[in-house]
Amino acid sequence: MSKGVAKSTAEPQGASRWLLRGHSAAVFAFFYAPIVVLCVFSFNDSNAVGNWNGFTLDWYSDLFANDNIQSSIWVSVKVCVVSTLISVVLGTAGALALERFRWWGQKAFDAVLYLPIIIPDVTMAVMMLVFFSETASWFDWIPGVNLQNGLEKLVFSHVAFNISFVSVVVRARLANLDASMEEAAADLYANRWQAFRRVTLPQIMPGVIGGALLAVTISLDDVVVSSFVSAVGGTPLSVYVFGMLRKGVTPLVNSVSVVMLAASMAFVMASLVISRATGSEREER
Amino acid sequence: MPVEAPPGDAPELEDTTEVATLGLEHQAERAKARQGFLLGLPTIVYLLIFFVAPLGFVVAYSFATRTSTGRTELRDFNLNAYARLGDDIIMTVAWRSLWMAVLATLICLVLAYPLAYFISTRSPAVRNMLLVAVMIPFWSNFLIRTYAWRVLLDSDGLVTQGLELLGLGDGRILFTSNAVILGLVYGYLPFMVLPLYAAIERVDWSLVEGARDLYASGWAAFRRVVWPLSRPGVIAGSMLVFVPSFGAYVTPAILGGNKEGLLGSYIVLQFLSARNGPVGSAVSVVVLGVMLVSTLIYFRAGGKNL
Repeated sequence: MSKGVAKSTAEPQGASRWLLRGHSAAVFAFFYAPIVVLCVFSFNDSNAVGNWNGFTLDWYSDLFANDNIQSSIWVSVKVCVVSTLISVVLGTAGALALERFRWWGQKAFDAVLYLPIIIPDVTMAVMMLVFFSETASWFDWIPGVNLQNGLEKLVFSHVAFNISFVSVVVRARLANLDASMEEAAADLYANRWQAFRRVTLPQIMPGVIGGALLAVTISLDDVVVSSFVSAVGGTPLSVYVFGMLRKGVTPLVNSVSVVMLAASMAFVMASLVISRATGSEREER
Repeated sequence: MPVEAPPGDAPELEDTTEVATLGLEHQAERAKARQGFLLGLPTIVYLLIFFVAPLGFVVAYSFATRTSTGRTELRDFNLNAYARLGDDIIMTVAWRSLWMAVLATLICLVLAYPLAYFISTRSPAVRNMLLVAVMIPFWSNFLIRTYAWRVLLDSDGLVTQGLELLGLGDGRILFTSNAVILGLVYGYLPFMVLPLYAAIERVDWSLVEGARDLYASGWAAFRRVVWPLSRPGVIAGSMLVFVPSFGAYVTPAILGGNKEGLLGSYIVLQFLSARNGPVGSAVSVVVLGVMLVSTLIYFRAGGKNL
């Protein structure tokens, strides 16, 4: 880590030291000030957004009385839950297959698994739009799947990018684990499934949960891909809000935004805490 | 494999048990490879259907024919869409995307480097806290974070009022290219901080100490030791900011109005209003190409380890 060298070597002295500190404080302010201002103004008792006119919770009660917002919240929640469950299973299996086994075609799989993370979201959105418009009839074969209402399309495309995020988080966890525990289980006549369930799974659980929370956040926050695949009447909250806020700043948009941001931050913090807390435990040993 | 035949006399192995062990090990290894493949199979199939096939369709669309009704038909493959890429309107958008993305990347670098340096010189506890403080905006809702700036930059927003108080013009920067660049910097700055931190944190500070012992000034030690050692982080971070900025859609839609569209906005326009699938796909393929080249540079720089 700091390799036992006095910090004075790394940290500049004199005026530049304070310059560095001031700069860092300013960048953190830059990160958080707009968020704070948005939160404060969501409680502003005025139709004009710029001037503070006293405290009110009206915009929040408006938000809960708005049927469109309510129904789009339900779309978001349904898509998020189903897509997260599928991507956690597929992402974890993919991570295990890559970290614990050597097989033909592994490198290609590894590369493809990274692509959804780095591909620009507009490109991903276009891919999904084109794909579903060309293949819609293929899916009629699958009982219970109806592409018309858009929910399935949302789930399929959210899973397509979330598998990668889950597997990255799980792989980071797996790479730090000692495979000898699993070998010991095998030596003690545990079969593969028992070894996985009793030894591997409990150890990678923080990674799996961290990955799941990340998938939840990304699914709830996604705008671009979702707006390309969702059907009229079945838009998730993020897409609905995107439509609203492109039209302009209103107090109602502010309150919806704050709710979305709070949800998103809560999941992110939980994800970070769970996957990092167990990581530092390892370092202390 | 733990069993290694001595070089040269492998064909005349007399110890039959050793041959048998080799065979068994080979079999066990193949069985394990098969298990690994089977474990990954559902994920592979899923990605083939819902990622690789869609990608293939976009590439195919870029060579397809557009009918007079705006439908794209997968026949008579041609290069017409790519020929359109030289059109003035597309070139204008492409140049704007390029310089905005480059500028946003440079500003991010200037803002992030000192911050990453500061974080990596803290004690481990403080460092962890500051990293979490960078990562929270990194993962939380991008759309809303961008919208927060719209609130500030609105005609009666705090920043606009502040700029007017300071006498800096009429303070209107919403719906200009400056607003878009500001939004890109704000949105992607954490992507720059994290790889820079990872690179700087790894610098062996005893080298800096050595430089100082040899009478290098603090600045010279930084320029000759820390900066070159942190360059992989600079490349990785620049790529992580440049790629999404180049294909941005949400930021210009919210902060740029309709005038300051980037390539992402242009692609959306082609699909949702102009109904020109082939041209939209061709632009997507180009954006994808830029992304792949940047990614190769990123991996060359050791980005995967950051």
